[in-house]
Amino acid sequence: MSKIEVNCCGETCPIPLIETRKAIRNASPGDIIEIRGTHQASKKEIPMAVKALGLKLVNVKQEGGEWTIIIQK
Amino acid sequence: MMAEKLSIVVHSGDMDKIYSALIIATGALSMGMEASLYFTFWGLQRLQKGGLEKGSLSKMHMLGIGKSMMKQRMNKANLSSLERLMQDFKELGGKIIACDMTMQIMGIKKEDLREDLITEYGAVGTYIQEARESTINLFI
Repeated sequence: MSKIEVNCCGETCPIPLIETRKAIRNASPGDIIEIRGTHQASKKEIPMAVKALGLKLVNVKQEGGEWTIIIQK
Repeated sequence: MMAEKLSIVVHSGDMDKIYSALIIATGALSMGMEASLYFTFWGLQRLQKGGLEKGSLSKMHMLGIGKSMMKQRMNKANLSSLERLMQDFKELGGKIIACDMTMQIMGIKKEDLREDLITEYGAVGTYIQEARESTINLFI
C-alpha cells in the first residue's frame, strides 16, 4: 500500500478532477491518494467523483486558500 | 456494471465550443463515465493536423482580436490548452469518432487528420449506437 500525492494548486477546471481520476487509475487497491488544490469548485466535486467511483473519502480539509482531499482506493 | 456514458456531437469548430466539449467530456471520464465524441462538419476541421487551436470565437471574434483577448484571459486563469485536454481525454479512455461523410464533402483524407487521436471512422449509425447507450447526449 503506498501514498500518491497530487498537487493541483493554481490549476483550474477541469484539471484537478482529471488529475484525481488519473491518480486513481494508476493506484492499486488500498492506496492512499492525497490531492491538494486551490480551485474551490473542485473541493466539492472531487468528493462527488469519489462517491460515483465507489471509493472511500478519507478526509477533506481547508487551510487558508488551499484544500487537501484524501481518498483510499 | 457497465459504466454510464456521455456522447457529444461536435459539430462546431469554434474554439470556445471545442473547449466546452472537451471540458464536459474529460469531466465525465473523471467522474467515472465513458465518453465518446463524434466530430462532424466544422468540428472535424479541428482534428486536422495543426487545427485543434485554430477555431474562431463563436461570439466577438472580431477578426481575431476577440480571440486573442480571450486567449490572454484564459492564460491568466491558467486554463489548459485544448491539446492537453485532448491528451487527458485519450489517456482516460475517451473515444473519438471522425465523420467519414464530412471527410468526403470537405475533401479531407485520413492522412490530413490527427490519426493518433481518432478511435474510429463512422457515419450516423455509429453515432446512434453511441447515443442510444448514453445517459447524457449533447450537440455542440
